Amino acid sequence: MKIANKLKRKLIQIAAFGFTNSHIGNFMEGKLYIGKWKQFCNPGLNCYSCPAASFACPIGAMQAVAGSMNYSFSFYVTGFLLAIGVLLGRFICGWICPFGLIQEFIHKIPSKKLRLPKPFTYVKYAVLLIFVIILPVAATNYMGIGKPAFCQFICPSGTLVGGIPMLSTHKELRDTIGLLFSVKMTILLGTVIGCVFIYRFFCKTLCPLGAIYGLLNKVSFYHLEVDKLKCVKCGKCVTTCKMDVDPVKNPNSAECIRCGACQAVCPTKAISIGFTSNKISIRKEIEQ
Amino acid sequence: MKKNKKTIHRPFFQMGILAVAVAMIAYGTLRGEVMTVFHKATNICLECIGLG
Ligand code: SF4
Ligand code: SF4
Repeated sequence: MKIANKLKRKLIQIAAFGFTNSHIGNFMEGKLYIGKWKQFCNPGLNCYSCPAASFACPIGAMQAVAGSMNYSFSFYVTGFLLAIGVLLGRFICGWICPFGLIQEFIHKIPSKKLRLPKPFTYVKYAVLLIFVIILPVAATNYMGIGKPAFCQFICPSGTLVGGIPMLSTHKELRDTIGLLFSVKMTILLGTVIGCVFIYRFFCKTLCPLGAIYGLLNKVSFYHLEVDKLKCVKCGKCVTTCKMDVDPVKNPNSAECIRCGACQAVCPTKAISIGFTSNKISIRKEIEQ
Repeated sequence: MKKNKKTIHRPFFQMGILAVAVAMIAYGTLRGEVMTVFHKATNICLECIGLG
């Protein structure tokens, strides 16, 4: 059961990665896919300047619209994220997001594994507010155009899957490399090192998309429940969770990526994850 | 009693958020945001790749 869940999740993550990054051939020529699917957003974090990307990055798109001359807020992208978030919450992080999968692979590098102190998990909300929401609208030029501050100063996904492939295939772009690129490479390096030691270091600390889905985890249709009548308080779920969540105490935690690891190790099958509520079945059991 | 109330009202709240989300997507589409997204996504984003 444990292996089945792990394997199922990995296969779905890989399939989602392949589906949302199907233009592999573009890496050779360093060009982007420019077809009609690019008007739609990927539910996960996936730089649209990655040659293989089939969709737009929702965080990049949100800043691009808000920072454009014509608008200061993106109803289209915010509505999309709100819809996906209320339906699935951070299931997207656990099962669909390409950068989540990349981080999981990096974490496989043998090393001592560490836990992240809880206060660091709040940094991503500040990143969302300052770099994604405020700066693209507030820091504008004389034409009223703002820059996508998260993409520009932080996003390690953009550096890894957009910056490195694009710069290695375009000499004219390489010639313009400056301080900013060094800053972004340093952040990427820090992220990689962080991910070796801490499971999904970027997801936990910096990802603004994870912050949005995390807030919506609390109200999403897809959710986690613990049947308190079945739970024997063995604590296996807590020690298994790599996102440092206690599903018994906080089933709707903003950190839970709905990976199902806790559910797989629960000896009494007290944990359920899905769209339906088991409250009804609990009530029925009590009535019987 | 309190628990039942919570169980009954949660889906309405969720449906409310979903309805707002759909309305936002429709409004954003109508005022042409999709073209801005498409334009940004189909051109090399200099900020994303660390040059801009
Ligand atoms: S937190 Fe961000 S990078 Fe991590 S899986 Fe979620 S969307 Fe992807
Ligand atoms: S609480 Fe369970 S489902 Fe959520 S992240 Fe932890 S192990 Fe995965």
